[in-house]
Amino acid sequence: MNSDAQPGVLDLNVRLTQGEFSLNVCQKLPLNGVTAVFGRSGSGKTSLLRCIAGFEQGDGHIKFNDTSWTDSAAKRFVPPHLRGVGYMFQNAGLFPHLDVADNLRYAQDRAAKVIGSDAEVVSFDKVVTAFALAGLFDRSPTQLSGGEAQRVALARTLLTQPRLLLLDEPLAALDDAHKAELLPFLETLVRDFDLPIVYVSHDVEEVARLATRMLVLDAGEVAAFGSTKDLFERLDISEVSGRLEASALVDARVAAQDERWMLTQLQIEDQLVSVPQRPKLRVGDQVRLRVQARDVALSRSKPQDLSIRNVLEGFVHELEVDVETPFAEVTIELGKKDATQPSSSPVRLRSRITRAAADDLDLAKGVPVFALIKSVTLDA
Amino acid sequence: MAVLGSSLGPIWITVALACATTLTLLVIGTPLAWWLATTKSRFRPVLEALTALPLVLPPTVLGFYMLVLLGPASTLGGFWVTLTGEALTFSFEGLVVASVIYSLPFMVQPLQSSFEALGRGPLEVAASLRASPWDSFRSVVMPLSAGGFVTAIVLTFAHTVGEFGVVLMVGGNIPGETRVVSIAIYEYVETLRYGEAHRLSIGLLVFSFVVLLLVYRNNRRLSVRVG
Repeated sequence: MNSDAQPGVLDLNVRLTQGEFSLNVCQKLPLNGVTAVFGRSGSGKTSLLRCIAGFEQGDGHIKFNDTSWTDSAAKRFVPPHLRGVGYMFQNAGLFPHLDVADNLRYAQDRAAKVIGSDAEVVSFDKVVTAFALAGLFDRSPTQLSGGEAQRVALARTLLTQPRLLLLDEPLAALDDAHKAELLPFLETLVRDFDLPIVYVSHDVEEVARLATRMLVLDAGEVAAFGSTKDLFERLDISEVSGRLEASALVDARVAAQDERWMLTQLQIEDQLVSVPQRPKLRVGDQVRLRVQARDVALSRSKPQDLSIRNVLEGFVHELEVDVETPFAEVTIELGKKDATQPSSSPVRLRSRITRAAADDLDLAKGVPVFALIKSVTLDA
Repeated sequence: MAVLGSSLGPIWITVALACATTLTLLVIGTPLAWWLATTKSRFRPVLEALTALPLVLPPTVLGFYMLVLLGPASTLGGFWVTLTGEALTFSFEGLVVASVIYSLPFMVQPLQSSFEALGRGPLEVAASLRASPWDSFRSVVMPLSAGGFVTAIVLTFAHTVGEFGVVLMVGGNIPGETRVVSIAIYEYVETLRYGEAHRLSIGLLVFSFVVLLLVYRNNRRLSVRVG
């Protein structure tokens, strides 16, 4: 990853009207990592992606670094095949008249013609290995399972040597089993191919697992933009996404493997939590935890005689009470309130408790609490 | 050609006419069908109606206007005379021009249907794989519309073989030049030579049946419609 260099910018100022629906997005996206475009269906996610790819013309401008792709004021519109953008469609879109090998070569040949075969960054062998395609070459696309077809499509897209990868809900057409099969390949893609990715999804799990940052769309407008961690902490996301349950993303480091009790110890700042053992992780590995608000209970004193082992010390950062419901949402910042050196990137958890409980515990901003974590989802 | 016998002459001219017409229409009809299938222009219905006109007009109306349009006194006919020294009317070349117009819907409509059935999807995929529009058409649209092309070619060929009215109006009945099979049959009947009329008629009947059989086996439905 060339994370040292200043990332480029995809400058979006997109206006598109289609019948009743109108899309209006004005946002600069850094060209590194994975940007998830998130929102419920009909929020304009795919339309935005199609504008970036050049499949929809729209008004406004789209600038990739210094190159203007769309500029309605200057009447400039670069057609899709000259943008150097890899686009993966929901339904794979493999050519039925070509076998798998020829589908891959279709992309490779054209990329070689446009950018020259010596400028090739993604080699044929590398994608074939990365997406385990060697056994599929002679098959017709009609003979592939949904997951296999998506893998071929992903590989084919990479062979266009794209400058930017656009993925339109690559898992949406798959059932749960095939989803689970394809997700690791998407993680391979993110890890091993140094490419900026814009990833459209309405699935919280996928976004939590893959995305660096999120662009949340609601009815064609930007509802929020920021790092995935920050946005998962914020309350209003749940209203926008409908399906997103309040939760927090926490970065942790593997501290130890406890063979005796078959646990993996994870360090969050200077505190430890243990999860059922993940034997593949090595000490020092970075992992990302997702902690759902409903899995976090709170206590004013350090609890004892409790089956819950994961107790983290912190203080109330924010308390939001919705008088229309029995519930309150509490954001807890880990660490001590009056630490001499407040962390520049504080770790926060969210807890969903009843309003009655919040009242009993006298919760207010700054009050020290212990967060009792019933379960975490480990994205690794 | 006279050595091939009195029936072989008309057959040869018919085949030559059908081949020339089909090839010409392939070149003209493909871009027209593509435009009709993909345009958002409000002139599309106008072009579609014009393309379908030969299906409903009596061949005599079409033939009459072709005669006026191609005659040596007209701009086009006059230009042809200065170019070649011969008149376009009552010539093989004139018949090709008339047949191209007459068979236009049989080329355009099956192609348009199969292009429309293909949709934008495969083209967008091809564009995302860096294929230019022409490249996409050649490498994706043509192979995926192969069935439409076969139907269009076969129907155009067969329809040209079966034309009568327009030929009679524009080409007349010149042996070795414009006397096609259908005209020859007409003349045999007029001169009460039923035996020869029978031989040619049964030939055309079997030919047409086989062609339609092939088309229906190739396609579930015949993709020619009016309007």
